Amino acid sequence: MEPLNPLVALAGGALIGTAAALLLLLSGRVAGVSGMLARATGIADSGPKQSHALAFVLGLPIGAILVSAFVRTPEVIVTSSIPLIIAGGLLVGFGTRLGNGCTSGHGVCGMARLSPRSVAATATFMGAGFLLVGVMRHVIGG
Amino acid sequence: MRNLIAALLTGIIFGAGLALSDMVNPARVLAFLDLFGAWDPTLAFVMGGALIPSALAYAIMRRIRRPLLHTAFHIPENRVVDRQLLVGGAIFGIGWGLVGYCPGPALAGLVLGTWQTWAFAAAMMVGMWLHSVTDLSIFRGRSNALRR
Repeated sequence: MEPLNPLVALAGGALIGTAAALLLLLSGRVAGVSGMLARATGIADSGPKQSHALAFVLGLPIGAILVSAFVRTPEVIVTSSIPLIIAGGLLVGFGTRLGNGCTSGHGVCGMARLSPRSVAATATFMGAGFLLVGVMRHVIGG
Repeated sequence: MRNLIAALLTGIIFGAGLALSDMVNPARVLAFLDLFGAWDPTLAFVMGGALIPSALAYAIMRRIRRPLLHTAFHIPENRVVDRQLLVGGAIFGIGWGLVGYCPGPALAGLVLGTWQTWAFAAAMMVGMWLHSVTDLSIFRGRSNALRR
């Protein structure tokens, strides 16, 4: 895997934060992807209008394809086996609903306003991610 | 209508940021989560870059009455750290660490040419649906224990 220039990573992060900032100041909404997805698919019945949530969710792949076509084509390397992919997807879907948010809603939006719930949630999922990868790579794998 | 366009535009900008920053590459995410191995700090720059404009916007929010295109701000007011939040966060973190996808990159990555992304996203939808049909009163019933 090629190293990524930290300035490019910073710029990409700034775009993510700018999107969250605009959605807040224009429409008053938290840019949380798991919540938007649940709302867009009708799994959640509170939040923004379903059509608005769907528009946000559809925008994500559009933005990715635009960058891929005109700026840089990101490598996408999935190393996990299919059973792990399915297990991971189930856990991410279930966990983000139970915990009311993911990397965007808690990590980018909630942390930015120092919400105690978001700080606790972010510390928990980051910690769980560090631990899981540590165990998978250095205990089981090593 | 203007809010619909705002949602689409912010989704596009968000997805562009995920692609530009390599969040859409699970191998990069797992390298970041490999804190106890050959740690790749790149994604810390992504988080830092995202928090600056976001924090600025939340500071501006406190000085204006309402958003430009809507009648009110809809910000979660719950400040209680309960069992559901922590268990949910831990389950999410384990799934994140198994594959390297969280919800945003899994959706943005659907168009980047890997079938595994579709499998992950489909399983993620099933996980969200399972949560909506599961009785979770065991978590709610004990949540007071953590508040004390």
